[in-house]
Amino acid sequence: MSRAVAAAARPDRALHEALLRYVLRLGDTSLVLGQRLGEWVGHAPTLEEDLGLANLALDLIGQARLLLTYAGEIEGRERDEDALAYLRDAPEFFNLALAEQPNGDFGCTIVRQWLMDSWQLEIYTSLQESTDSRLAAIAAKALKETRYHYRFSSGWLVRLGDGTAESHERVQRAVDELWRFTGELFAADEVDERMVAVGIAPPLSTAEAHWSARVDEDLRAASLKRPAAQPYPWHGKRGVHTEHLGYVLAEMQHLQRTYPGARW
Amino acid sequence: MSAVITDADIAAREREVWELLGEVPDPEIPVLSIVDLGIVRHVRQGSDGRLSVGLTPTYSGCPATEVIRGSVRAALDAHGHAAAAIEEVLSPPWTSDWLTPAGRRKLAAFGIAPPEASVSNPKHLWGATVVTCPRCASRATERVSEFGSTPCKAHYRCSACREPFDYFKCL
Repeated sequence: MSRAVAAAARPDRALHEALLRYVLRLGDTSLVLGQRLGEWVGHAPTLEEDLGLANLALDLIGQARLLLTYAGEIEGRERDEDALAYLRDAPEFFNLALAEQPNGDFGCTIVRQWLMDSWQLEIYTSLQESTDSRLAAIAAKALKETRYHYRFSSGWLVRLGDGTAESHERVQRAVDELWRFTGELFAADEVDERMVAVGIAPPLSTAEAHWSARVDEDLRAASLKRPAAQPYPWHGKRGVHTEHLGYVLAEMQHLQRTYPGARW
Repeated sequence: MSAVITDADIAAREREVWELLGEVPDPEIPVLSIVDLGIVRHVRQGSDGRLSVGLTPTYSGCPATEVIRGSVRAALDAHGHAAAAIEEVLSPPWTSDWLTPAGRRKLAAFGIAPPEASVSNPKHLWGATVVTCPRCASRATERVSEFGSTPCKAHYRCSACREPFDYFKCL
């Protein structure tokens, strides 16, 4: 390849890499959150909520399948959704650190879910208009499921926050503890900027304003206080995770790591 | 030697495949065919003679999706369409509005309340939807859980006849 051709191809190559990274971030976030919710199966406070959390997990893993399949096609190295889910190590996962946080009690899981649902609502709503038609189609599909998830999680947030003194105290504590992970939700880096420049992804600042207003309204309805913004040392989007992701992956990947290529 | 294929032949062939797919049951709610459910997006005979069937998933993670694909493949193979392609169509996304009128009637007869509203109204999720009991037709029902035995159903109970029932989510 001549130098002139290489120079002309470079911006496209960078865009291609950024798109791959962007789709992996979305897919990994859904996958890890879905895997976390799956840990509740058989342990939720009531049968109805057990089914509810499992249903959320199922939708999220379904969304992850669509996104990771697409990521594998963009990458072009013949890695399918399973190869990407089961055969990457933690530094190669680009999910938001919030998604990998432990379940804690039911209230803590609800707070994490509500924060993630309200984030996905904004992102998927805007992605419906993406110049990338495949992402737009996946977003439209995921959005209607996310709306239903948000109805579930915001409903429980209000019920617990505005419930007994005990439930109020527990969810407020969960909000306080998880809040430091929200800084990452709308922190744009060069991948986001590149996606915004070509109309693939929405500007995160607009999404953040909508998210913030929605979150404030829900907190008010739940008689909960919004904590102050906090600095955070994790950058899940860049593969720098909290210690928890390794344990999630150890369980999720155990079978494929032990018996490579096993099918059922 | 190849015979001339007319538009009428193509239409007849496509109609025959639609009828075939109308016999393929949904694995979770077998009273419904996949055509009743509204997940067959197209049956198309290309100019090259190749047949393609477009399927769309109901929910992203519905485990029935792959079973359905397998049943469609088997039905096509058994009726001489082994060369037919099955395509996944994501856009526009499936909603409960794609249920056919026949599908709604079959659901109700089976004891599952069909969706009460159209999803085109974005307020449907937060509006006070009243669900009719599929057993006694009472409107005095209450939601037990937003989630049920499959991704497409929620769990309700009737205050009049006291029976629990499934509601096909309006989503």
